[in-house]
Amino acid sequence: MYTGPLQALIDELGRLPGIGPKSAQRIAFHLLKVAPEDARRLAATIVTMTERTTLCARCFNVAEGGLCSICDDPGREPGVLCVVEDPRDIVAVEKTREFRGRYAVLHGALNPLEGIGPDQLKVRELLDRIGPEQVTEVILCTNPNLEGEATAMYVARLLGPLGVAVTRIASGLPVGGDLEYADELTLGRALEGRRPVDV
Amino acid sequence: MSLYRDQGVVLRTIRLGEADRIVTLATRDNGKVRAVAKGIRRTTSKFGGRLEPMSHVAVQCWRGRELDIVTQAEVIDAFGRVRADLGRVGKAYTVLEVVDQLSQEGHVNVPLYDMVVGALRVLEGGDSPLLVAAFVLKVLAAEGAAPELDVCVACGEDGELVAFDPVEGGALCRSCRRGRPLGPDSLALLRAILRGGLRAALAEPASPVTDDVSALVTESIEAHLDRRLRSLHSTVVR
Repeated sequence: MYTGPLQALIDELGRLPGIGPKSAQRIAFHLLKVAPEDARRLAATIVTMTERTTLCARCFNVAEGGLCSICDDPGREPGVLCVVEDPRDIVAVEKTREFRGRYAVLHGALNPLEGIGPDQLKVRELLDRIGPEQVTEVILCTNPNLEGEATAMYVARLLGPLGVAVTRIASGLPVGGDLEYADELTLGRALEGRRPVDV
Repeated sequence: MSLYRDQGVVLRTIRLGEADRIVTLATRDNGKVRAVAKGIRRTTSKFGGRLEPMSHVAVQCWRGRELDIVTQAEVIDAFGRVRADLGRVGKAYTVLEVVDQLSQEGHVNVPLYDMVVGALRVLEGGDSPLLVAAFVLKVLAAEGAAPELDVCVACGEDGELVAFDPVEGGALCRSCRRGRPLGPDSLALLRAILRGGLRAALAEPASPVTDDVSALVTESIEAHLDRRLRSLHSTVVR
């Protein structure tokens, strides 16, 4: 459709998630107009990112060689592990500023229908950390959906004999939500997990 | 006209874009339906946990060309006790996978819908070693593919049946035997499931016979579908 290099860029952009042919075209034409150094910086950033980003040797969070910034931080409590499905979940938990321990990223959740079993996840690696790091509590912070719950139950079962406290994040109503629109499962869990009010 | 209401069981969900999911439902009046639930992955979504796999829901959908769009969903059965038990979750996964494989879009199959709701309700009431096997046998029978259990499937003799071949589709006599061996207890249990003895069969405690029946029925459905069931071969939840 367009001249070689431009069409090549449009095709490449079109492969990115959520970017259709029209968006790809718009971004390509925008890049055509920007200063050459801006385009060069973008290209270099992408290359640097793909070359330098690795997985943390300990928790499998994204890192820049060796350990991730959280595992490398001496201020973090080593005895508490928070198990998440994806590195993006770490960012979500970090934003709460409620957690000072370390993480373990599973890189997925069990999904029998898609053929994803424990061998495809970093479960073994998680279990191997319990003894050496003297972990006392594992918080299962997988998604509150069928796959995440199954993963949490499975991991809990494996952790049971290791003598650590295993906890599951609570599930209930979102702050700012409306009780009337809550679904039965969520509201049921919220009732189940109710707690005494301090007076 | 393009807005419709129906009841169905959520078979599976696939992530779509930023916060949406494509939900596959086995519905009563519209067969298998694939519909987009917009924004369902946001914590403030109006759908909340209603469209999780296994949920039995009443939905209102907007009919689209390729995919429908879920506009409202209400839970009929959430199956909370099944969800809290890893073993039962595994069985439910297999039930859902079988239904997903057998149902077709735009092809109404009321008996299949009734059976999946029935099977999940039984599972909610309590675990049973034969739940999946009984469900699969009933489904095969409804599909017209029930295994032959009275006479030898190869030669038609009604003598003693000693083997079972899932590809052939039934039990075999001594002279035609191939496939796996079939004990008299397993044969009796298979017959009971198909002929009014379902309740008693479901109450059967786990034993080598129930294991044998489960394995044999699994091979039958895999032969019928010409495909392995992924959920059965995952080591996770068994």
